[in-house]
Amino acid sequence: MGNDKAISVKNLTKKFGSFTAVDHITFDVAKGEIFGFLGANGAGKTTAMRMLCGLSRPTEGDGHVAGCDIITQAEAIKHRIGYMSQKFSLYADLTVEENIRLFSTIYGMSSSQIREASERLFKELEMENMRNTFVKDIPVGWKQKLALATATIHKPQIVFLDEPTGGVDPVTRRKFWELIYKASSDGMTVFVTTHYLDEAEYCNRIFIMVDGKISALDSPSALKEKYHVATIDEVFRIVAQNAQRTD
Amino acid sequence: MSIFQSLVKKEALHIVRDTRTMVITLLMPIVLLLLFGFAISTEVNDVMVVAVVDQHTDETRDIIQRLNVNDYITFKGLIAPEDADRLLRSGLAEAVVYLKNEDGKVKSQIVVDASNTNTAQTATAYIRGIISGNAAKSPVITNTLYNPQLKSAYNFVPGILGMIFILICAIITSVSIVREKETGTMNLLLVSPVKPQTIILGKLIPYFLLSCIILTVMLLMAYTVLGLPVSASVVTVVEVSLLYIVLSLSIGLLVSTIVDTQLTALIVSAVMFMLPVIMLSGMIFPIDNMPVILQWISNIIPARWYIEAMRKLMVQQLDFSYVMKEIVILASMTVVLLVLAVGKFKSSTR
Amino acid sequence: MKIRILKALLRKEVKLMKRNPLIPKIIVGMPLMVMLVLPLVANLEVKNAGVTIVDNDRSQLSRRIAADIDASDYLSVKEIACTHDEAMKSIEDGKADVILTIPSHYSRDLAQGNVDIDIEANGVNATKGMLGAQYVSQSVMGTLKQWRSENGMSVDLPETSVINLYNPTLNFRNYMIPALIVVLLIIICGFLPALNLVSEKESGTIEAMNVTPVSRLAFVLSKLIPFWVVGMIVVTVGMTVGWLVYGLTPAGNIGAIYLAAILFSLALSGLGVTIANKSATMLQSIFVMFAFIMIFQLMSGLFTPIRSMPEWAQYITYAIPPRYFIEIMRSVYLKGAGIIDLWPQYAAIAAFALFFSALAAATYSKRN
Repeated sequence: MGNDKAISVKNLTKKFGSFTAVDHITFDVAKGEIFGFLGANGAGKTTAMRMLCGLSRPTEGDGHVAGCDIITQAEAIKHRIGYMSQKFSLYADLTVEENIRLFSTIYGMSSSQIREASERLFKELEMENMRNTFVKDIPVGWKQKLALATATIHKPQIVFLDEPTGGVDPVTRRKFWELIYKASSDGMTVFVTTHYLDEAEYCNRIFIMVDGKISALDSPSALKEKYHVATIDEVFRIVAQNAQRTD
Repeated sequence: MSIFQSLVKKEALHIVRDTRTMVITLLMPIVLLLLFGFAISTEVNDVMVVAVVDQHTDETRDIIQRLNVNDYITFKGLIAPEDADRLLRSGLAEAVVYLKNEDGKVKSQIVVDASNTNTAQTATAYIRGIISGNAAKSPVITNTLYNPQLKSAYNFVPGILGMIFILICAIITSVSIVREKETGTMNLLLVSPVKPQTIILGKLIPYFLLSCIILTVMLLMAYTVLGLPVSASVVTVVEVSLLYIVLSLSIGLLVSTIVDTQLTALIVSAVMFMLPVIMLSGMIFPIDNMPVILQWISNIIPARWYIEAMRKLMVQQLDFSYVMKEIVILASMTVVLLVLAVGKFKSSTR
Repeated sequence: MKIRILKALLRKEVKLMKRNPLIPKIIVGMPLMVMLVLPLVANLEVKNAGVTIVDNDRSQLSRRIAADIDASDYLSVKEIACTHDEAMKSIEDGKADVILTIPSHYSRDLAQGNVDIDIEANGVNATKGMLGAQYVSQSVMGTLKQWRSENGMSVDLPETSVINLYNPTLNFRNYMIPALIVVLLIIICGFLPALNLVSEKESGTIEAMNVTPVSRLAFVLSKLIPFWVVGMIVVTVGMTVGWLVYGLTPAGNIGAIYLAAILFSLALSGLGVTIANKSATMLQSIFVMFAFIMIFQLMSGLFTPIRSMPEWAQYITYAIPPRYFIEIMRSVYLKGAGIIDLWPQYAAIAAFALFFSALAAATYSKRN
């Protein structure tokens, strides 16, 4: 595989018993790209992402993430990526600063690096006054921003965001995407799943998943052109019309 | 299918799908019953005895011979006096018999490891009898009423039932309701047009049925494997047990309306209900032996009355009229708990 | 594994534990509750067993037998019944535990030879009935012996003297208290790590950890170590209550107790974490743990002597870790035994500690 690929997978499959959650998907993500992963709930987005992060073992297929094999080098991948999940996953009973300290220490940053990085982070997020607040007490929108900042504090090559804007108002979502662009301009590859179709427009390329399979994969404008429609929403309606798995 | 039926079905599927919990709930009472019935016993036998003899005579040889053949003790042999302390300390011997010859007569002394007072007292009595040689000629004949083999298992059946129903009805029910609160699915149900009472009944009924299955299994085992005599009191046994199951469910419901997290529900049910059942209900330790204040506290523990009633019915085979008091107490506790729980539930959903 | 990372994880565990509204209360409250209540309750000695006497003899001797029984600390005469049916009624009402039937013309016949006297024990509460009957029988024999010697009849061999070693006052509490400290450790070190880990699973934070490069060993250790410390606190609270409230101090070395306690908390917290690793929900882990704890308590010799069990059951007890710890606690507390006397028990607990910790690390998987 070429060195310009951040992620490259082939025939990636995950079965739970007789149920095939992810069904032979193949795709590449270029370095520095913002790659959107779209699909209805239950389409298999989270399962696919978990395999890429080394949280779940593929049933079939292989792939590389940040230059490491997803089957044999799962732990090595974890040094090179950041991850933020739809289920908010910072420790609610630790303060903002304690959470940042904990995760950056785990990523092997030195005390001076941690101090520097957290000062910068508090300033950028304008969270100086929340430093010593328990995470459970800060508003949802801030929590999401904080989770993203924590996931990227060690400057990973790739950051995985699993429905990062779930349950957030449109203004905060807009601001959140500014942070994503910033991470991308810092040289990180962004892999983001969402079911907000308007967010798809923000991505360089999108991947629409239906029933565990790839239904469409291209840039938003190319997809709209291909299906002769004006919005991604309509693209989605066309490719997902035969979906079996819905809520 | 009505809403109610589908709720019951949902909860039942939930229980059945969690295979591990299901297996444990069904197996645990059986294992406990078998352990109590066949493994655990307070009877003292096999006391390990050694002897120190200063000079062998016909009389000491007689005593050693009698120690050797006795069934209740295991005679480990003669030892040197200096070994006695080490053997007792390391637990390799439980009693040392010293036989000394003085003026042509044998004087005996028993040094017993008294750390377990029960074993020590019984062992002393056995050994004394063996030394004096007339243990067989006791002028006292002891018989046991109701429970001829003194199988403690008889006693423990009511206790195990009392504990298991609290576990299943109070703990599982409260945790499973609180879990729905935590994950938010409870709100989903509550905003639907279904009446809160229907939701709660839909949650309780599957656990009620599970308890009935366990009751059936336990009673079958008690009457077959443990050989508890079958009599007319069986009907009352079932009735009282059903009452107790309803009572335990009310406890679970009450706990679930008060607490907000699964962890709290667990700890509250375990500390407030489980420990008292084990310690204060008379299940293992007789209530009469407790200090007065604890005896008084034991009055408010439902399991105490349930166990008392069950002992009268199952072991003594007494009829319905003997357990009226217990039934009245259990029934009033149930009513109070249900009123509290339903009241709390209604006010919390509004 | 980097020490810096382990330290950071430990700091997190300690903070979370302190900030939890319930855990600190349990760590202190639970030992107090168990140590204050159980020794008073866990008393299998029979006091005040009720005796109903059917006196068909109505002689001086029969009245003396009754008086002697009533004078005993362990027995009290509830009723002198006229008929056996009347006596049975008092058992059914729960007033009496033992019926003693003295046959008519007992004292007259006794002068001619041995006459049997009947004791019936209520088997419903097996312990109380059996011990009560034993006490009644002892009391009757004592009375008979005295009566015989007063009447110039043959008396038994000279009395055998008895020395009650290690627990001269024959206080059953002294036997139970050291073992109760073991019960505390079972509950605290078994349940809490399991609950802690499963609650991270349910809240999703464990996922955030699994996606980092943190090593399995560091993560599992960060879950275990705090509970070893908690275990030591619990043991200390337990021993202090034993000393202040019941006046019981270990006859042996305190160091021997702490060594066993550390090894034992290791074993139990390893078991707890293993169960949590294999459970998806809190309820599941609680249930499995509860099943273990019940079997531990019944089979460890805590309430009933292991040597009273049938042989097959005695073999099972070798696989029950608290069995060894209870033996150590009782021997160190009462007999003043040391590590050298008890090395097989220490070796066994150490083996369990190693086994369960390894199992905890092996079953913890960052990937599924």
